[in-house]
Amino acid sequence: MDQYPDTSRRITDAAATSTGDRLDAYVDRYATRTHGMTASEVRSLFSVASRPEVVSLAGGMPNISGLPMDVVGSLLTELVDKRGLTAMQYGSGQGDALLREQICEIMQTAGIHGHPDDVTVTVGSQQALDLVTRIFIDPGDVILAEAPSYVGALSTFRSYQADVVHIEMDDDGLVPDRLREAIQSVTDSGRRIKFLYTIPNYHNPAGVTLPPERRTEILEICQQADVLIIEDDPYGLLGFDTDCPRALRADDDERVIYLGSFSKTFAPGFRVGWTLAPHAVREKLVLAAESSVLCPPAFSQMAVSQYLVGHDWRGQVKAFREMYRERRDAMLEALDDLMPEGTHWTRPTGGFYVWLTLPSGLDAKAMLPRAVTNRVAYVPGTAFYADGFGSRSMRLSYCYPTPERIREGIRRLAQVVEQEMELRAAFGASATSQRPGLDAPAPNQS
Amino acid sequence: MTDLGRVLVLAGGLSHERDVSLRSGRRVAEALRDVGVDVFERDADSELLSTFDTDRPAVVFPLLHGAQGEDGAIQEVLALTGLPYVGSPPASCRQTFDKPMARGLLERAGLNTAPAAVLPQSTFRELGATPLLEAIVTRLGLPLVVKPARGGSALGTSVVRKEEDLPSAMVECFAYGHVALVEQMIDGIEIAVSVIDTGDGPDALPAVEIVAESGTYDYHARYTAGTTEFFVPARLTPELTEQIKRSAITAHRTLGLRDLSRTDMIVDSAGTPWLLDVNVAPGMTETSLLPQSVRAAGIGLGDLARDLLGVALSRAA
Repeated sequence: MDQYPDTSRRITDAAATSTGDRLDAYVDRYATRTHGMTASEVRSLFSVASRPEVVSLAGGMPNISGLPMDVVGSLLTELVDKRGLTAMQYGSGQGDALLREQICEIMQTAGIHGHPDDVTVTVGSQQALDLVTRIFIDPGDVILAEAPSYVGALSTFRSYQADVVHIEMDDDGLVPDRLREAIQSVTDSGRRIKFLYTIPNYHNPAGVTLPPERRTEILEICQQADVLIIEDDPYGLLGFDTDCPRALRADDDERVIYLGSFSKTFAPGFRVGWTLAPHAVREKLVLAAESSVLCPPAFSQMAVSQYLVGHDWRGQVKAFREMYRERRDAMLEALDDLMPEGTHWTRPTGGFYVWLTLPSGLDAKAMLPRAVTNRVAYVPGTAFYADGFGSRSMRLSYCYPTPERIREGIRRLAQVVEQEMELRAAFGASATSQRPGLDAPAPNQS
Repeated sequence: MTDLGRVLVLAGGLSHERDVSLRSGRRVAEALRDVGVDVFERDADSELLSTFDTDRPAVVFPLLHGAQGEDGAIQEVLALTGLPYVGSPPASCRQTFDKPMARGLLERAGLNTAPAAVLPQSTFRELGATPLLEAIVTRLGLPLVVKPARGGSALGTSVVRKEEDLPSAMVECFAYGHVALVEQMIDGIEIAVSVIDTGDGPDALPAVEIVAESGTYDYHARYTAGTTEFFVPARLTPELTEQIKRSAITAHRTLGLRDLSRTDMIVDSAGTPWLLDVNVAPGMTETSLLPQSVRAAGIGLGDLARDLLGVALSRAA
């Protein structure tokens, strides 16, 4: 190997015997899809966010401190005592039959009349995303997704080498006209759209909710263009002002595959989610799930099932909603009071997140080290785009910190934004980051 | 083998390099356990000092990177508590972690550093950025390397090849600290020389030659195994190898360092070594440079760490 042809005669030793080492003996064996799995400064900075000195508005951890641990403990003890041998054994690949019935009851809240046979229990809805992507996507297939979209979904889509085409959102979520245009554009280019991935309720990360009339319009557009819809609904029960909005799946049981989860309404540690899919798709999902995990954990499923039977889970969800509402109010109030002019943010009516867009010229990713130095953390917007856009925006999460910590976090963030504005002003427009997407379209309800 | 007693590996902290520090700490702690040392690990947090009251270690191996770990602060704290520790005294850490200050001392010792400008953020605000940036390019030319005056792991560091990219590089740098060091970029072979002193005076380990796949040894190239190829020992002539080892030892001595250090440099096409940075708490992760040199020297990382702890203990005796 001759890295330095101009200089090798003078300074390098032709007799050198050392051979190169990349410190990864498997580097030439990895699949192409693993190439994006690398170290990043942003991930490293999040390590600091775990320290109590830092107000982390970055994570999306459900706040389960209000769960009645004594009740859960008793339920688990009873489960082990009475059905331990079953709970600790392999189970069905499709999931526990009783739990699937209970899931159908829960989905009725969103207007869905599903059959337990069409439900597949998964290891969190993240596995549901993986399975759906695995059975539908070949490398290069197009997935339509909101701009911005859930980072975990984008990561899954990337690992299956899908081509994600983002669709603009506004204050009311996905814009139907932009969806029409994207479908037309992709179709004209000769590529195949496999599905639309959408989070209609209390969107992660945008915090917006699709109104009923848009749901109808989006269903019509997808019916006309023959596009499947993956409806991801982990937050539907966590609305602050209304009951669970009517799901897309409630009005189309052939075109919509619905994903649900107990992570936000009960606890994420059990890792129980599900899909509701047309029968033929469900068959493939079960086969794919079996090849992946054989079966979802029986213990977790039976624990969730026991909780649904033995506890007022609807009352618990109501308590969660009140807690998150208080935190949402704290964040919006602090943003209203403290953020400098030119900053905009969404006003969520449920869920966990506010999407904030910085004044023109600022770059949330470049600003993150300054924020961490000032002991506040957020997720830069670029994480929620598959195409590098979103650098002017960030996701702020209000689900976990107390209202007091949220106010303190926003106070620190406002200072950071002001410092960054001052710095950018000193360097002028030429200091604007070269990263794309500083002005990416995104919802903005402020 | 000296009985070291209970050893504390201190890792984590609140700097931007916390993640790297945690990985360094884990690796050294494991290596020490492998050679039979009684080790416990903990973060540098608000309960650290009270821990010293209840579970006082015999000796400390600080592996905090970045500010707090390398700027002399933690060393000062350990000195105040009377705990022996591996590494350099506080004043030496302070002058080494501050790259502009270290450059001045290294230059006076006859070592080469690239032509550079050191400018705080406030100067750009007060005097206007445009004429200052023009002056930098006129004086130093292109390409340039922009980096925070204090910091490591290449965080906030950019290579600027076009003048129009300089403002955004400065802004990204100032996100990590208030002062920027703008250096003329030296083209050549990237080398790291680790120096250890286990009681017989500073000794340079086999040099590591760094060939980053992307051409830039940035954060991604440093901590993603497979993206950088390392040659140990570096493929330099024996004369140059001796010269860079001497340079690293001179840097170690000039800055008043102790126990271990790592000097990063570029050897240009004329065979001149240019010093880039000297580290008082070199990384110890799976992809870090000092452990590669240690392995090439035929030394076990656990053995080296144990010996350095022994030296630290003997200083306190």
